[in-house]
Amino acid sequence: MGLRNRNKRRDIVSQTTLDNAFDRRTFAIGTAMGGLGVLLAARMGYIAIAENEKYELESESNRVNLSLIPPRRGWLLDRNGAPLASNRADFRVDIIPERTPDPDRTVAVLTDILELDENQSADVLKRIEDSPGFQPVEVASGLKYDQFAAVSVRLPDLPGVVPQRGFSRFYPTGPSVGHLIGYVGPANAEEYEEQDRNPLLITPGYKIGKDALEQQFELDLRGIPGARRVEVTASGRIVRDLETREDVQGDPVRLTIDGPLQDYAARRIGLESGSCVVMDCETGDVLCMSSMPSFDPNSFSQGIGRVEYAMLRDDERVPLRNKVLKGLYPPGSTVKPMHCMAFLDAGVKPEETIICGGGRRIGNRFFNCWSNHGSVDMAKAIYQSCDSYFYHFAQQVGFDHVAKWAHKMGLGEEFPLPVTSQFYGTVPDPAWKKKKFDQDWQPYDTVNSSIGQGYYLTSPLQLAVMSARLATGNRVMPRLRLTDDKPRFEHFDFSPEEIGYVRQAMSDTVNGPGTAGRARLPFDDILMAGKTGTAQVVSLSISDGRTGPWKYRDHGLFVFFAPFDKPKYAGAVVIEHGGGSGSAYPIARDVMTFMFDPAKGMEALRPLEEQWGGTAQQRLNQKYRAYAAAAGEAVPPVPERDEDIFDQVEAEARVAARQPEAIAEEASPSRVDTRSAEEVSEDTSSARPTSPGSTTQPTPADDPE
Amino acid sequence: MSGIVPDPIARQPWRMLFPLFVLIGFGALVLFSAAGGSWDPYASSHVIRFLVFLPMAFVISMFSRELAQFFAFPIYIVIILMLMAVEAIGFVGGGSQRWLDLGFMQLQPSELMKPALVLVLARFYANLPIGLIPTWRSVVPAAALIGAPVALVLLQPDLGTSLALAFGGAVVMFVAGLPLRWFLAAGAAAAVLAPIAFFFGLQPYQQRRVFTFLDPESDPLGDGYHITQSKIAIGSGGLSGKGFNEGSQSHLNYLPEPQTDFIFSTMAEEWGFIGGLVVIGAFAMILGWGLKTARESQDRFGKLLATGMTATIFFYVAINLMMVMGLAPVVGIPLPFMSHGGSSMMTNMICIGSLMMVARWNRRAPRTGLIS
Repeated sequence: MGLRNRNKRRDIVSQTTLDNAFDRRTFAIGTAMGGLGVLLAARMGYIAIAENEKYELESESNRVNLSLIPPRRGWLLDRNGAPLASNRADFRVDIIPERTPDPDRTVAVLTDILELDENQSADVLKRIEDSPGFQPVEVASGLKYDQFAAVSVRLPDLPGVVPQRGFSRFYPTGPSVGHLIGYVGPANAEEYEEQDRNPLLITPGYKIGKDALEQQFELDLRGIPGARRVEVTASGRIVRDLETREDVQGDPVRLTIDGPLQDYAARRIGLESGSCVVMDCETGDVLCMSSMPSFDPNSFSQGIGRVEYAMLRDDERVPLRNKVLKGLYPPGSTVKPMHCMAFLDAGVKPEETIICGGGRRIGNRFFNCWSNHGSVDMAKAIYQSCDSYFYHFAQQVGFDHVAKWAHKMGLGEEFPLPVTSQFYGTVPDPAWKKKKFDQDWQPYDTVNSSIGQGYYLTSPLQLAVMSARLATGNRVMPRLRLTDDKPRFEHFDFSPEEIGYVRQAMSDTVNGPGTAGRARLPFDDILMAGKTGTAQVVSLSISDGRTGPWKYRDHGLFVFFAPFDKPKYAGAVVIEHGGGSGSAYPIARDVMTFMFDPAKGMEALRPLEEQWGGTAQQRLNQKYRAYAAAAGEAVPPVPERDEDIFDQVEAEARVAARQPEAIAEEASPSRVDTRSAEEVSEDTSSARPTSPGSTTQPTPADDPE
Repeated sequence: MSGIVPDPIARQPWRMLFPLFVLIGFGALVLFSAAGGSWDPYASSHVIRFLVFLPMAFVISMFSRELAQFFAFPIYIVIILMLMAVEAIGFVGGGSQRWLDLGFMQLQPSELMKPALVLVLARFYANLPIGLIPTWRSVVPAAALIGAPVALVLLQPDLGTSLALAFGGAVVMFVAGLPLRWFLAAGAAAAVLAPIAFFFGLQPYQQRRVFTFLDPESDPLGDGYHITQSKIAIGSGGLSGKGFNEGSQSHLNYLPEPQTDFIFSTMAEEWGFIGGLVVIGAFAMILGWGLKTARESQDRFGKLLATGMTATIFFYVAINLMMVMGLAPVVGIPLPFMSHGGSSMMTNMICIGSLMMVARWNRRAPRTGLIS
């Protein structure tokens, strides 16, 4: 009111009106100030009291940083409890630059303790200079425990130095288990998305199973991550630890694999490219699934180098493929005993004979046999591997019937195994051919298929399963995870006599007048039964199959079981381009020798390895070094292995474990390999208690004579 | 006054001095905490500066009215020259500069200009014939007196200080009795011109600050970071705070500038809402005393001077507190008497000294109703 009046009479300004205006306006200003003060107090009250909970939470989430501790991965154990995949303590030393007042002196001391060379210590000093200060700088990793301990005791003199202990996946037998077990590696973007963005997967240093069993048993092996709560500054520097929850190690997974046997078989394959499967006929336990050449999963778990990967990728022997599951080969003559079972089922009597005149006329064509066998009955057809017999009876009973039995025996089938993939191959029959090629089945198809050629394709695992089923007459199912229950298998409708007949014929293949005399086991009381096979790769017009370029040579195959009269073990060996079955059955012989008498088995392997240039692991390392040198890259020396606890799954460990028994039984001196046993038992005496299972293996020498 | 308290002490304006000591002491404690639990480097120099500038304020309060009026224009001109010198040195040196290096200290002329501008405007209006108040002759010279330093400071560029100068000058003009509709018209013009000035006059970083203020959560790790962290500090303090020296936001460096612009947040985190009320209450007492001094003054010069000085302090307090609570954009304005910093302490103590001077004049010439 007053203001308006004054405005109207603006020319009349007196001291009084000015004083009044001043009083009014200062009052207004004071009111505004007070109002603002109240507003500020109210605003503060709102933030601090009404929204206190929200901001307290935000303040805590600022202050506290939660970091996951990757769980230690569960071990993969062999049937005796020895680790096929374990975790190795990884000792390393870091330095936190901002807590190190005199880096030059500290690094000099560390150089002395850790025996670093000049370049390394210069690198470390450079990295300390360049680092943001709070971030640890690695001084050295992969240290020996002694060095780690030496640094740890001197910590009071070494401010800012942090000795750390982590874990890395370790496969004691390296390449021997590469295909079987797979490897671990950091999760990639897709895996992270697939597993609902589990934050564990992107924790630095955490690795997941990438292939084979490591991948299949991922959730069992993973464990529960630990957590560490730390107070951090805005720039991420850790001020102090608040709370730490330890991780829970993943569950161990116990496999049916026999570690030493797996290692032995892999090494025995030697320079060849091939695979070897051994199963327990009674339980279906897969005791060994070796595929060579292989890769060293340890290289993958530490992050494989570009050069090493290129070497594996470019190798024509495909070391990245698991040949046991994904190698498909024409089975050749190895299917003949199984075909005989089919003939028996169709009513063919074992005594029925045909005349092999270097071949046989089927329909209006003459098909060659590999030799002239004269009068041939079923037994001779098996041990002499006469083709004519199978041409004749396959034609007689019809190949549909034979193919039905091939499937029953496991060929063309997949098995419920924890593997990433298995190829099921082909068992040809008229319906299959019609569907695949839209052509009718011809007599020559029966002829080709009856001796395991033509469209027939099988994997080594299928051959081993076939062998086990053949030997027992049971529908044996292979398994990889060990359980206590003993599985019961369906029995095929064969009489004991029929089974015995085929067993005897297969034994004669090895121990009688058969095709694989050199496969005889070096024991008097254990006879192995088997069947050779040779699979042509290219037509005879290109190569004779035994000499010439490697990739044109025939595949060599051998299926076997032992002891022949009471089968306990069955298996298959397939050597790619081995030039015939002669490349396969000596391996089967030595593997079974090792099974029954490890010392004798090693005796056979050692001279061979000397000739080849070392164990599979050593040769792989040498090859890598040579390859890297050719590519112009320097490769650091292979780290030493000073933790002998992990050596118990090596083939030598079995010998060492048997050593005390051998001494107790002087009666059979042939089993004692003094040199190696003493040498190895010294190294692995600590490993003894955890591999008692190895003593339960039946050995002929244990039987009183 | 009689009794055990000696008269020279008893007659001091304790109504203002007591809350001032509270603020300084409280500020020292907060600075102690902001330094991570150490008197160095903030708290000790804070107290030392106060002990230097308090006697200076008492010296200022001894000036007579005539002396103050006499020096108003010379001081104003000297500081204008210093502002121009800063510009010139900045121009020669090839970069923006706000201070003059006097050898023994770094002088920020724009800070000195705040009380000087109030002084010169009070001097101008006190001597302006009353009849000229509603005419252009009351506005144009004052606008020039305000415009010159504001323009020079804007060139530095220092938006916060130029706003403070304009605010102080406008308050003096307002209470000098200029017609209200001029202010309304100016306000309307400002409302129209503000968007234009915003888009064409401000630096991009200043524009961003305004946007950030409007929506701090849009960029919590970038420009909104300061406001967000400040609100977290105040909010997490709750009613009684996390305890002395226990503030995680300030100690772990989440809070930017915990010792200067965001000292209120540092304080609120450790002392809570109660500490905030103490600070706001202390400022209310000081500012209330300033206004009371102005209203009790007998002459126009004293009235305008005291009101302008109070407004200058108020501007600091209001903008700083609004900023830390997310009610104003981030402008680099410290909290008087608590923030660490020599220039702001000096300016505010000059204001306090001037207010004490007016209060002394009031005592000398009690209100009698006589025309001065």
